[in-house]
Amino acid sequence: MDRTVPGAAKTGRTHAILRFLRPDGTAIGGLPGFASDRKEMAALYRLMVLTRSFDEQAIALQRTGRLGTYASSLGQEAVAVGAAAAMRPDDILLPTFREHGAQIARGVTLTELFLFWGGDERGSDFAGPREDFPVNIPVASHIPHAVGAALAFKMRKERRAALCIFGDGATSKGDFYEALNVAGVWQVPCVFVISNNQWAISVPRAVQTRSDTLAIKGIAVGIQGVQVDGNDAVAVREVVGEALEKARHDHEPSLIEAVTYRLGDHTTVDDASRYRDDAEVGKHWKEEPIARLRAFLTAEHGWSKDEEEDLLTEIREQVEAAVEAYLATDAQEPAAMFDHLHASLPPALAGQRAELAGKDGGDG
Amino acid sequence: MPTEILMPALSPTMEEGNLAKWLVKEGDAISAGDVIAEIETDKATMEVEAVDEGTIGKILIGEGTEGVKVNTPIAVVLGDGEDASAIGSAAAAPAAETAPQAEPEAGPNGATEPAATTAPAAAAAPASAPAADPDIPAGTEMVSTTVREALRDAMAEEMRRSDDVFVMGEEVAEYQGAYKITQGLLDEFGARRVIDTPITEHGFAGLGVGAAFAGLRPIVEFMTLQAMDHIINSAAKTLYMSGGQMGCPIVFRGPNGAAARVAAQHSQDYTAWFSQVPGLKVVVPYTATDAKGLLKAAIRDPNPVIFLENEILYGQTFDVPKLEDFVLPIGRARIAREGSQATIVSFGIGMTYALQAAEALAGEGVDCEVKSLRN
Repeated sequence: MDRTVPGAAKTGRTHAILRFLRPDGTAIGGLPGFASDRKEMAALYRLMVLTRSFDEQAIALQRTGRLGTYASSLGQEAVAVGAAAAMRPDDILLPTFREHGAQIARGVTLTELFLFWGGDERGSDFAGPREDFPVNIPVASHIPHAVGAALAFKMRKERRAALCIFGDGATSKGDFYEALNVAGVWQVPCVFVISNNQWAISVPRAVQTRSDTLAIKGIAVGIQGVQVDGNDAVAVREVVGEALEKARHDHEPSLIEAVTYRLGDHTTVDDASRYRDDAEVGKHWKEEPIARLRAFLTAEHGWSKDEEEDLLTEIREQVEAAVEAYLATDAQEPAAMFDHLHASLPPALAGQRAELAGKDGGDG
Repeated sequence: MPTEILMPALSPTMEEGNLAKWLVKEGDAISAGDVIAEIETDKATMEVEAVDEGTIGKILIGEGTEGVKVNTPIAVVLGDGEDASAIGSAAAAPAAETAPQAEPEAGPNGATEPAATTAPAAAAAPASAPAADPDIPAGTEMVSTTVREALRDAMAEEMRRSDDVFVMGEEVAEYQGAYKITQGLLDEFGARRVIDTPITEHGFAGLGVGAAFAGLRPIVEFMTLQAMDHIINSAAKTLYMSGGQMGCPIVFRGPNGAAARVAAQHSQDYTAWFSQVPGLKVVVPYTATDAKGLLKAAIRDPNPVIFLENEILYGQTFDVPKLEDFVLPIGRARIAREGSQATIVSFGIGMTYALQAAEALAGEGVDCEVKSLRN
């Protein structure tokens, strides 16, 4: 597909992308300590496979009219899962709409996620991570929220950090720059993770910004920016973990650009084949994160075929159970639209509510 | 005719200054642009330039005079062919103190913003037939307070009451507020809770929302209201969207509506806009009492409250009850004037004109009630 894009500015600097695992799963050199912990690595792998399985089911439900518009995270599982795996329970996550893996890793249930994507706001009432923020749909507006939450932690002298994930497209927004600037000058415990999947709907990275990398956008505001291979779960976990530590202990914010690739469409109402070469997508399938981690597990930790099959069976059952629970959840009564608006309903609305419920609403 | 040179407002917030030095004497010819005097304010010494040409006929305020109010005549300039005998009539003209004192207002553009022109005479508190306020016990001592002071007192009291309350915005700390509303707060509460922001309306509005989501109670002061995405999409809607889980106890406050000479882009009145947004409470006080009692209520409210002030009202004085903890309920109007034949309803600075109208109608034998919506 022909598309003329300006070349990146030639700044003369070379940038290093942090990576521990090659696309074939072999280790480049020394690994962080947790990579030798078989249980921990298997858990990381499980979350990524679960995320992808959830993703497949969500798309299937949407295609059969049982879910609303859905944003697939296919190919980006290592960013979300790796980042969330580095968090402590009392840190908080501020996700955008493609971080299902992070939410799952944080303890949001699959049924809650299905409810959310099915248009039921009870899906945002997480039973698990109560203080995590709900999915942010407007692009980039949760970035200043993250700085505000981090400011609250700092003011209350709590050793916690806010982790905010957003896409490459969000880095073109004013909110991103304003939030980053304040985080830099006020030194708040906030970690910004760009899940750079190379595409903002149909706009490729090179047409979004002439900046060499997205990570260098931190330089102007005095925040350290690093680029990490977003398809290497070990690298994401390690780099985000270090950044969170720095945030909690030194109130030092970080900007992390996790370079990954959106293997699927932008959302279920998008058809990426209309603007993106299949050949380009095919090339990136060779770098995708789950096969990479599986190869590492197999070679380094003797992950067996039986274990793989057991895992897939267990995950299939878990996802199916969540789908069943989601589909069996009764829609809220129409009158529920009056909930959470007023502590005590004003007479005019009480009348409308009663009328909806089939009672005599009076003249309200 | 001789022209008076008035004590100029050399900064948007200057109310008075010292006449440090005259660089001309009586009888000197001056042309436009000549430096004629030096004036000291609390911040700096500045030079005063002549605007027109002429001759210095008389110096009215001597060198070294302190505390000269803005707009006080300081000298008289004679035009061509005029002599000092013409001065009598000019000097006898009403001096600034007989008119309501011009209120120097800080505007969004700092020093480029001129001081407000003379406030309308009738803008003072209504002279007759005020209704008894059911929220103020009979016999309560009343203290004459400006709206500006009342807003500051409300914030200070709430900040003393809870460590979770803090204020941030442009110029709120070191500068003591672009409109001098946060005067003294930095001294009392420190930089941790009185926070100067970069010029980042969208950023700090969103940041305030995030802090509120995380359990603090921010007061976000705007020089000029903007950042709709955060006020509406983030602050107002999240409680509903999160199934009642996540509240946003935040106050967005600042001047709203037209002030003097601030032109189209600083005169927007957002009252009706914000009133259409489910999840937002909109408060528009008129008196200092309403400003204080309602701002305290807004800070305690678990929901986002838009608190719309008026720049022209900031300097106006009202009687405020001297009560330990005076909080007015949000959601109730106030009868500002009793009347039996017709009702005039208004809010904010509109109350000035509603009360004037009622007064005028009373003169014509129509007894009007006046209601202040307040929110």
